[in-house]
Amino acid sequence: MSETNIEIQDLNLTRKDFVPGNEVRWCPGCGDYSVLANMQKTLPVMGVKKENYAFISGIGCSSRFPYYMNTYGFHSIHGRAPAIASGVKLANPELAVWIITGDGDGFSIGGNHMIHALRRNIDMNIMLFNNRIYGLTKGQYSPTSLLGAKTKSSPFGSIDRPFNPSAVALGANATFISRALDVDAKGLQESIKRAQRHKGASFIEVYQNCIIFNDGEFSDVENKATRPDNALFVVHGEPMIFGKEQDKGIIMENHHPKVVQLGDKYSEKDLLVHDETNQIITNLLLEMTFDTSNPTPFGVLRAVEAPTYDEMMIEQIKAVTKIKGEGTLEDLFYSGDVWEVK
Amino acid sequence: MAKKVIRINEATIRFAGDSGDGMQLTGTRFTEATAIVGNDLKTIPNYPSEIRAPLGTLAGVSAFQLMFGSQKVFTPGDLPDTLVAMNPAALKVHLRDLKKGGTILANSNAFTDKNLKMAGWEANPLEDGSLEGYTVFSIEMSKLVGKALENSDLTSKGIERTKNMFALGVLFWMYNRPIEPTEEWLRKKFGKNPSVAEANITAMKTGFNYGETTEIFTTSYAVEKADLPKGKYRNITGNVAVAYGLVAAAKKAGKELFLGSYPITPASEILHTLSTLRNHGVKTFQAEDEIAGIASAIGASYAGDLAVTTTSGPGMALKTEAIGLAIITELPLVIVNVQRGGPSTGMPTKMEQSDLLQAVVGRNSDARIPVLAAKDPADCFECAFEAARIAMKYMTPVILLSDGYLGQGSGPWQIPDPKTLPEIVVNHPSSADAGEDGFMPYARDENETRPWAIPGTPGLEHRIGGLEKENITGMVSQDAANHQLMTDIRARKVDNIKQDIPPSEIHGEPKGKLLVLGWGSTHGAIHVAVDRALAKGQSVSQMHLRWVSPFPSDLEEICNGFDEILIPEVNSGQLALLLKGELARKIHQLNIVRGEPFRASEIEDKINEILG
Ligand SMILES: Cc1ncc(C[n+]2csc(CCOP(=O)(O)OP(=O)(O)O)c2C)c(N)n1
Ligand code: SF4
Ligand SMILES: [Mg+2]
Repeated sequence: MSETNIEIQDLNLTRKDFVPGNEVRWCPGCGDYSVLANMQKTLPVMGVKKENYAFISGIGCSSRFPYYMNTYGFHSIHGRAPAIASGVKLANPELAVWIITGDGDGFSIGGNHMIHALRRNIDMNIMLFNNRIYGLTKGQYSPTSLLGAKTKSSPFGSIDRPFNPSAVALGANATFISRALDVDAKGLQESIKRAQRHKGASFIEVYQNCIIFNDGEFSDVENKATRPDNALFVVHGEPMIFGKEQDKGIIMENHHPKVVQLGDKYSEKDLLVHDETNQIITNLLLEMTFDTSNPTPFGVLRAVEAPTYDEMMIEQIKAVTKIKGEGTLEDLFYSGDVWEVK
Repeated sequence: MAKKVIRINEATIRFAGDSGDGMQLTGTRFTEATAIVGNDLKTIPNYPSEIRAPLGTLAGVSAFQLMFGSQKVFTPGDLPDTLVAMNPAALKVHLRDLKKGGTILANSNAFTDKNLKMAGWEANPLEDGSLEGYTVFSIEMSKLVGKALENSDLTSKGIERTKNMFALGVLFWMYNRPIEPTEEWLRKKFGKNPSVAEANITAMKTGFNYGETTEIFTTSYAVEKADLPKGKYRNITGNVAVAYGLVAAAKKAGKELFLGSYPITPASEILHTLSTLRNHGVKTFQAEDEIAGIASAIGASYAGDLAVTTTSGPGMALKTEAIGLAIITELPLVIVNVQRGGPSTGMPTKMEQSDLLQAVVGRNSDARIPVLAAKDPADCFECAFEAARIAMKYMTPVILLSDGYLGQGSGPWQIPDPKTLPEIVVNHPSSADAGEDGFMPYARDENETRPWAIPGTPGLEHRIGGLEKENITGMVSQDAANHQLMTDIRARKVDNIKQDIPPSEIHGEPKGKLLVLGWGSTHGAIHVAVDRALAKGQSVSQMHLRWVSPFPSDLEEICNGFDEILIPEVNSGQLALLLKGELARKIHQLNIVRGEPFRASEIEDKINEILG
């Protein structure tokens, strides 16, 4: 596991410290509320001072998030939050930087910034609200909408093959990937905590219900009754077990994941064991995303250590300064061939 | 035979060859030697947009021009007195610019049938008399370096490559420049490869001695030291000067410098230069595109750095939306556009002044922004410093316009004493500044500037963003009256900068018949043309704008003192268009878009035409 077991200082912060006075303006019943509440609940116990949090977002319903957090915040322009946040973090590495984005914001217009922020491994946390729809612009299909999705701009069904955002994150060499459900407080809090502690770019994909334009998109896993049979919550070092009766598991067959019934033929020891540091396992889990014969995986899918851009920047500045000495304007101005007019 | 030395006041030399012939380097070395002897000078490179166009073709010709003199030199010269042509293609492309009776130094070994054909010469111009009227020195440069280096351990190709140093040596002799600085420079540059260094030095000395001893050269030229103001100087390109100006501003403001940028010709050297300055605490971020370049800079500004983004026209187009964000969030930011020929990819390596309107008005909505333009390479330093100072003083993005001619051209820069550069006072609010109702991110000072609160400051937590904000409180607001108010404030903030613009300087009389009004890199050509007109007794003056948005407050009054106004621009009339609105009077225009700067003579002709 990449997360260091740092001692967390109690700063006497509570949820209330993170709630600003203004009114939250998402549609009643929107999945965003729960994510906000869990963020406000989790941050006070992370050992980070309130003034050191900065929330940077793009444009979309979800991107209004910073206005509802009583921290430093920047609601920017469509798709550009990862780039803006990169500058924030490099200018002030002390900050705990959170990027809030949507499936359109982060994977359509801002796709380029997303993959590059992940690949550089700048120490920031990216939370994607994936509702598989453009909420703010009133219901067009997004790059995560499934084939056939009937939306305002795809009345006959979408013919646009979707992204699997977490798989894109892996493709971009992300060092931390987790997936959570808006209705699952425990899973959300776990993802938030782990992401905040992870050194490097963390990517959290939240399945979020848009009650107005895409209601029920994730009903198989959101619905309490069907969730256990459709969702697999992975834990590092534990076998992959799911089902209402905890009686199903995942094995690897012909290099692909496959659901098996625990009992006569298979026992726990036959099952795949989750290893968040193993890219093959992460790949396997991600492959299950759109595969209806498999459950949808949630939890920390990947967490590995890698040098962060921000740290390397600081180290490079130190190293060059050590060799060349701290630069002065005299050094700089006189660095060419100088002559004097007397 | 004793050789004559003739004193001249100025000379213009153009080095031209295949892009593999090392003409930029040759020109730069000649420039350094010229600077060291104390002449004033200006340079301009001219290179193809292909890195290596096919050998020997017209498209592959690369050139470097400089003018130097014993008086102030304002431009790299119109037409060269001396042309170095390393191959037939170079001669073909540049002959038409050579002054009547000018001197040609050609590497005759490169004038083979194949090369002649490729360059479109029907016969060898060095032999068929077609260069009559010019002084032609047809020298077997390749052969001579081959002989001089026959005992070197370089390959024959490597030896052939030293011919540019031979040419340089001949010119050093011809113009009485010292060879030692280049000798030293070559030893340093090829430190790991001493045989290459020595071969180049030998080639250069061979060239120098060739001038001294062979009979074909009878005359050399001496250009006295220029009477420049006392002080220390170095040669500097506009791009390096921009980088230095930004570093200086950051230091004077007690800030770290952050650059978010994406490589683009002809602006990349600013990124390159700043990336070498890690020990000055400079953070360069090579972003994934120009949008991320400016976006990261906006983020860095929000977090308290002096933030900068650098680009050229196509990159500016991409940054447009983010510039609007910097305007509405009222964050300090310096945006540098080193202009090139367009539209679209256009002529990446050629200069143009055609992004003026884009800078001043090229955004959605009422989104004014301060815009200033540098007039020569050294002025890029001051303009960059000033842009940063204004950005932080008024909490606004500022656009600095340079262009390929300034950015890659060079001239002497009088090195300022760092101690005498103005301090830049930046006040960040502290926790104590949060009132009873909390912190007010859009409270206003006497310049209607809002506070720059840095994330990490306890008690000042606040949200900014692209949605319109209520004045003072910074709460999201879609209120009609508030939007009117905020739009007006944003415009007034730009106008307030007029306070910081010193009275305009007029070259010539403050009143008269004709005012030649310019901006940016046309300064030198206009200056020379106006000087010539003044010498003829014409009533002509020059005013050159540093700030193009807002205009200086004395602009109208100055213009009223003249019967006619002429605006020369390397675009189709963009400043003229802006000023027609501002001044409501007839304006004469002189516009070229050929990818090259004005010749002073063109402006002179236009002055004559207007004054009849
Ligand atoms: C440059 C630009 N183009 C288009 C828009 C319009 N726009 C705003 S939000 C949005 C899509 C938002 O979808 P998503 O990111 O999924 O966020 P959600 O509203 O679903 O949370 C679009 C197209 C814009 N604001 N800016
Ligand atoms: S439109 Fe959908 S995503 Fe947007 S606030 Fe309403 S429910 Fe939430
Ligand atoms: Mg969405």
